[in-house]
Amino acid sequence: MAFYLAIKEIWRSRGRYLLIAMIVALITTLVLFIAALSEGLASANREYIEKLNGQLLVFQSGTELSTAASRLGRSRISELRRVAGVADVGQVGFATAKVPLADGQGEVNVALIGVEPNRPGEPPVMEGQQLQRESSNDVIVDTGVTDALGLGIGDKIRIKVTQGTDEQFYDLNIVGITDRRQYFFQPAVFVPMLTWDKIRPQATSAAPQGELVSNIAVIRVADNLQDPANVAAMASKIEREVNKVDVVDRKTAWEAIPGYAQQQSTLNTQRYFTFFIGILVVGGFFQIQTLQKVAQIGMLKAVGASNFTVGLSAITQIVTTNAIGVVIGAVGTILLVANFPDSVPIMLTGQAAFTAAASLMLIGPLGGVVSVFALLRIEPLTALGLAQ
Amino acid sequence: MIALEALNVTKIYGSGVTAVTAVDNVSFSVRRGEFVGLVGPSGSGKTTMLAMLAGLLRPSSGQIMIANQEISAMKDSARTRFRGRSIGFSFQANNLVPYLNAQENVELMLRLNGKMDREGKERVRELLVRLGLGDRLRNRPGQLSGGQQQRVAIARALIHEPEVVLADEPTASLDTERANQVVRTFAELIHEQERAGIMVTHDLRMCKYVDRVVQMVDGRISREISERSEILRLAGAADAMDGSGELGLDVVNKPAGEPAVVYGL
Repeated sequence: MAFYLAIKEIWRSRGRYLLIAMIVALITTLVLFIAALSEGLASANREYIEKLNGQLLVFQSGTELSTAASRLGRSRISELRRVAGVADVGQVGFATAKVPLADGQGEVNVALIGVEPNRPGEPPVMEGQQLQRESSNDVIVDTGVTDALGLGIGDKIRIKVTQGTDEQFYDLNIVGITDRRQYFFQPAVFVPMLTWDKIRPQATSAAPQGELVSNIAVIRVADNLQDPANVAAMASKIEREVNKVDVVDRKTAWEAIPGYAQQQSTLNTQRYFTFFIGILVVGGFFQIQTLQKVAQIGMLKAVGASNFTVGLSAITQIVTTNAIGVVIGAVGTILLVANFPDSVPIMLTGQAAFTAAASLMLIGPLGGVVSVFALLRIEPLTALGLAQ
Repeated sequence: MIALEALNVTKIYGSGVTAVTAVDNVSFSVRRGEFVGLVGPSGSGKTTMLAMLAGLLRPSSGQIMIANQEISAMKDSARTRFRGRSIGFSFQANNLVPYLNAQENVELMLRLNGKMDREGKERVRELLVRLGLGDRLRNRPGQLSGGQQQRVAIARALIHEPEVVLADEPTASLDTERANQVVRTFAELIHEQERAGIMVTHDLRMCKYVDRVVQMVDGRISREISERSEILRLAGAADAMDGSGELGLDVVNKPAGEPAVVYGL
């Protein structure tokens, strides 16, 4: 009975209900778009760190987990390797370089990441081969680089860096291609550590280093210690046994990327505010509906419709209208996002879309709950023009 | 056989110095197959009485029995179920569900009672055809005239074979011709199906279709008229006065042959 009344009213007044569904669809689009933007921006920041083949990252202590400020020399790496439970350690260095476009019309910024061949930090290739030697002109690039520059295995990539005040160019051989591993919004070029140390941009005043210095180290713990509790215990243990290091998991590391937390909190605030608007819009619509239907509901109760029937009918309408709006909005957003150019940092992952859509499915009933209570309070006496 | 009985029913709104007695110690009964007109001026308590008879309002004291069940003592949920099962309603306004067509509005009572089947659907159609709405089955209330809407409401009030049928000012928004048509049909069906019917009305002309007139004044029953000739005289006098407005029943006390004087109350 409740479903019968609910669906009949929606169908017979479909213009009105479609209108509110479209408003819900727009709110859905906005929420999903913000979620996608949030995910896209976050991913562009953290993609490399998120996909690292190690559980722990080591920073120089006192640098507040800043990859730019942190410095770890070979000796520190050797200490790390001696800690029981550490399976392997890889040095990783970060720098920024430019790759001139083939037609000479502009440049592409890339993250120049120094890694040790066959150690944590080096990405697995989808195509081609891994790096073989610590000092060579071989590089692995991510698909962001190949998409932007149209390069493939066997091609040369020209890296432009500024050493002091001089621009220098290095031609490197692409031997492997890995999946997207952006770092700081830039596609990545993975260079053997010694080569990286040689070509990375440096100020002329930089003092010569006595040992190979990277920014961070990536640790792969022993296979039997890879559950979260053991990983956390290993981090504490390493900090106790090795001087002047901060050891954190990947999530902590990427959350420490400058601007990352602020950016995410700003976007999340926008998203929650949009949810709030959604609750108000849906609630307002159904409250007005309820006020318009007082006499009709009173009549239905007078002739024998129970509060359960009336309430369930209202909830069915709210859920149905909201669901139609969310589905329209979600499909629209997926199509919209699919047609965005790659340069826009927007990424609608299944989980983010599901979370946002599920949350939106809840805002309808949440917004409509006031109107449902109002419906339940309508007295059947109103059918006779009386009210107590 | 008594279908509905009110025993010493009193309804007091408010309390203390603000208390208002809307219905004061009223007792009456309605038999199966009897159609009663409940009349009286505004504020006489007839609508409050109807609300209590319908189980929409609990009396302050007294009992209301329908089909030997004391509805005044039932819990709210039980009274709601009882209303759906044993009482048929026709209201003055907002009678029908606006998004359901005529047939669906009548079927509503069968659905509420879990009796909606092919046979029920056919009965609905037959009743509406009989009420002259055969070509209006698919029309929604907004596409029906006031008289047609009232006829749909009558069909809805009767389709689930209730013990009691209650009508609150069913002719209030109808012209004379349609009002007569609606109440005549209502009376016919009540007699034919042997329901107990009560109609609250201001329009004394409609009393010609009832079997008994119960007049309320100031919350009490001031008079009951069951003599057919007196009922027709009352209705005739009201007719001469155009039937509209709040009319008194003092006319029935005038000797035959004297000009009818209908006092406003």
